[in-house]
Amino acid sequence: MSQDGANKSRRRFLTGAVTAAGGVGVAYTAVPFLAYWNPSATTRAAGAPVEVDTSTLKPGQKMDISWRGQPVWVIRRSESAIERLAEVEDRLSDPASAVASQQPAYAQNAHRSIDPEFLVLIPICTHLGCIPSYMPQPGSLDADWQGGFFCPCHGSKFDMAGRVYAGVPAPTNLQVPPHRIADNGVLVVGEDQEAA
Amino acid sequence: MSDATKAQGGLLGWVDARFPLTRMWNEHIGEYYAPKNFNLWYYFGSLALFVLVNQLLTGIWLTMNYNPSADGAFASVEYIMRDVEWGWLIRYMHSTGASAFFVVVYLHMFRALLYGSYQKPRELIWVFGMIIYVLLMAEAFMGYLLPWGQMSYWGAQVIISLFGAIPGIGEELALWIRGDYNISGVTLNRFFALHVVALPLALVGLVVFHILALHEVGSNNPDGVDIKKNKDSSGKPKDGIPFHPYYTVKDTFGLGVFLIFFSAVVFFAPEMGGYFLEPPNFEPANPLQTPEHIAPVWYFTAFYSVLRAIPDKFGGVLAMGLAIFLLFLLPWIDRGKVRSIRYRGLGHKIALGLFAVAFVCLSYLGLQAPSDVYFGLTVTLWAQIWTAVYFGFFIFLFTYTAFGFEKPKPVPERVTD
Repeated sequence: MSQDGANKSRRRFLTGAVTAAGGVGVAYTAVPFLAYWNPSATTRAAGAPVEVDTSTLKPGQKMDISWRGQPVWVIRRSESAIERLAEVEDRLSDPASAVASQQPAYAQNAHRSIDPEFLVLIPICTHLGCIPSYMPQPGSLDADWQGGFFCPCHGSKFDMAGRVYAGVPAPTNLQVPPHRIADNGVLVVGEDQEAA
Repeated sequence: MSDATKAQGGLLGWVDARFPLTRMWNEHIGEYYAPKNFNLWYYFGSLALFVLVNQLLTGIWLTMNYNPSADGAFASVEYIMRDVEWGWLIRYMHSTGASAFFVVVYLHMFRALLYGSYQKPRELIWVFGMIIYVLLMAEAFMGYLLPWGQMSYWGAQVIISLFGAIPGIGEELALWIRGDYNISGVTLNRFFALHVVALPLALVGLVVFHILALHEVGSNNPDGVDIKKNKDSSGKPKDGIPFHPYYTVKDTFGLGVFLIFFSAVVFFAPEMGGYFLEPPNFEPANPLQTPEHIAPVWYFTAFYSVLRAIPDKFGGVLAMGLAIFLLFLLPWIDRGKVRSIRYRGLGHKIALGLFAVAFVCLSYLGLQAPSDVYFGLTVTLWAQIWTAVYFGFFIFLFTYTAFGFEKPKPVPERVTD
């Protein structure tokens, strides 16, 4: 384009103004397109708390439930399994559950649960998202095995409280979802203990 | 590519040595010389391109939550409207975009009729454009089935039955298109595949051909004179201005005005009083009951009127097909040597005016019940009159131009301001 006799500063101003106004328009238009990918109202509704009757669960048994479309395991640990938790502590990478994101505060204890018997766990390996195998019997994986979870994808090992062993690919303990025990003894997954 | 750009270093120079970026930019935008006298009619091509991009983007987004099955389609559209964040906006942008596409394409086509943009040497641009138009109709028709509402279902039923009118093979052909004895989830699935993959691919390809063909011969203009006949010493047309920045800026302005109207519809009247989204389509498809009043969406109604005007099943289908096919032949029907309406004979001015009126009237009549009465005549009779005018235009145009009846005015050497 010919620049002869052009008022260049006016031209620069107009170009800048149009670019800025158009840029704001494009940015605003991008919002619906990006927000469209968020979980929809249906998906959010499916994330409502789930009530589970744990009274039929026998020691050592595991129950599979689904919360927010994710698997959740409810495991009733036997007395001996609870005792063995202390034995493996020196082989774990985070025995005290110091990583706060992996459990609610009320599960930040030696057994990682409200009731020592009932472990509520999201069985998604903290390495790359596989579901570990539930292997509660001591010695079922190797001679030293004290019962726990073993991830078949990359060999991560967790104890019976979902705490990760040192020297495996998984960086942190398995996640404990928010949960509470209602007055009638029913387990509610997805709602914190303090909540009404 | 000039020597200056060839010698350029930096990233651009690196790319240009490996990919004709600067050359393509110059050929099609930076040094594409378009006539300086484009008027309002010349906005609609770039607007059509914009609407195409809108349809592609919103369409891809809708696909993310749409369920192409007879059981899930209707519910998934409601899901997009109610539960997906901003889903209503994306869907209304797509549904309004469909109508907007035809608005701008019809105006774009009428521009070509006004200024003879289909005449030699632009026949192929016109033919590519007509193929785009026909594919666009197929695209819109198949898209309209996807919400799986009552109008989707029965509209598709009627249109596919048109193929059944072809003697001999008709019934087999309709069965083949449907893939079932009735419109069903099978039909929905194949229409979905064609609507979201096959036809958009073909459309984008044809748009590229359309523009390449245009840039090969150069743009026509409201005076219909060839600007390449008058070049300055550097070989640039005296009446031409580079597409960028002159027409990019002009088209950006046009886009702004267009978006005001487009947004007004999207936000305040997405159903457009039942013309863009028809009321029966808010009911799920029911193969056992036809809605009381059934009409195609407004952009098909001109041809639908032609169909209804002929009191014979196959004859009606034939007339409808011919109404579209004759447009393909326009560059060869019009034997006139003068392009622009400004310098053509009075007969052509009147005929083209009547042709436009016929198209609008047929479009209107196609939305009315056949038995309705206007000025003492039924809709069917009015449709027959305007159908005669529609076809009469082509016959007149050929006779008028081929046998020397047209007395055009002298065409100026250069474009006028």
